Parts: sequence; C-alpha cells; structure tokens
Amino acid sequence: MIARRRFVLTAAAGTVLPVAATASHVQVAVLIRQLVGDAKLAEGRVKLDLPVLVENGNTVGMTVSVDAPPGAVHSLHVYAEANPLPEVCHIRFGPRAGVPRIQTRIRLATSQTVTAIAQMHDGTFWQDSVELLVTLAACID
Amino acid sequence: MVRVLLNVPRQVRRNEPFDVKLLISHPMESGQRRDAVGLAIPRDIINLLVVTYGNEEVLRMDLFPAIAANPFLAFSMTAVASGTLSITFTDDHGVTQSETATVEVV
Repeated sequence: MIARRRFVLTAAAGTVLPVAATASHVQVAVLIRQLVGDAKLAEGRVKLDLPVLVENGNTVGMTVSVDAPPGAVHSLHVYAEANPLPEVCHIRFGPRAGVPRIQTRIRLATSQTVTAIAQMHDGTFWQDSVELLVTLAACID
Repeated sequence: MVRVLLNVPRQVRRNEPFDVKLLISHPMESGQRRDAVGLAIPRDIINLLVVTYGNEEVLRMDLFPAIAANPFLAFSMTAVASGTLSITFTDDHGVTQSETATVEVV
C-alpha cells in the first residue's frame, strides 16, 4: 500500500514538473550581453582551466586565471550553459586582491560548454570557453 | 553554524601576493533534487561570500547552485600592514557567519 502510494506520488510529480530543465546557449548569450553591454568581448587573457573529460559532475575542480597584473581585474564571471541555472559564480575583486587567479569546485549537470569572462578596470572584457564531456551528471535526483 | 577551514600563511611580506584557502562544510542543496517520495528538496545554498582585510574588501563572490557541496575557494591577496582577514557568508535563510584569521606582515 505504502509502496504503491509512493509510486503514484513520484509518477505524479514527474508529470507535473519537467525533470532537469536546463538552461540554453541563448540564455547564456543574453546574460553575457547584459554583463558586457556595448563593449567588445574578445578571446584571450583569461584562462579557464577545467578537465575536458569529467567523470563526476558533482565536484569539478575549476581554476580561472587572468593574464594581468594584480589590481587590473575588476571581476570574473562563469557560466555553464546546460546547467539548470546557467550562472556559476560572479567574483568582484577589491583593492587588496593579489594575483588574479581563483580556484573552486563546481557542479555540471551534463556535457556542455563552460564560459569564463573577465572584466578589467580599463573597461575591456575577455573570455575563454571549455567544451567538456561529463560521464556522471551532478545529482538532479 | 557550519564548520569552516580558513588557511592563511602566518607571516607574509608587505605587498607580496599570498594565497588564502577556504573550505566551508555546507551541503549547498541545489533545489533540483527530489526526496524518496518525489517531493522537491528546498534549495539551501550559501549565496554570498565577502572577504575583507582590515576595512578593505578583498573579494566579493556571488554563489549559485552550480557551486559544489562543501564550497572550496582559493584566491590571492596582498597586505601592507598586519591585520585581520575576515570571511563572512550568507545562506538562503539569511543566516550570516564569519571566520577570521590574523596575518602578520614582516
């Protein structure tokens, strides 16, 4: 009885809410446009370090570094286009920031392209993307 | 209260960048998962992390569910005088917690 009720509930929930709705390339493009505005977005200077083949999407080590002297970077922004929410993190540096390099661990829902954008204090934007394969997706259920 | 590990060198040189490592024991529940009966598990993540040194802000980070459980962050900073490094983070319930470490400039 209980098991059957549980099954019915699960089935009902599955039909009402789409499972693992993901963001899209377009959504990320819109977010990036909002960030960059009319400024030019160029490749280079920023380096996004992620493994190309990810065995476990629950924790993926990520390093973002910028080829710039300390204090030249305003902020860093990371987007994962096929996660349920495309934004990964935004980091703003203050006057005491040192080498522009941060390291953290992220979740990836599926194989996708991850993009990092660096905003400099001189108003320029730089980007780097990594296309990767995820064999075990981050826990959606 | 969650457990926080904050790793800072005890002595640093004036104006020379040094690394700070931070590990917070937090589930970072994404809000995408379901429990055994199919009900959504509510989102519970740390959404803001602010690092200050003395009165100056070193770094301000907005976190999203794409940050893995037990968030880890390593970054670099500089100091001109001995002081206190303070890390403050806020979760989805609005609870704020801080962790501090002293740095001696030689």
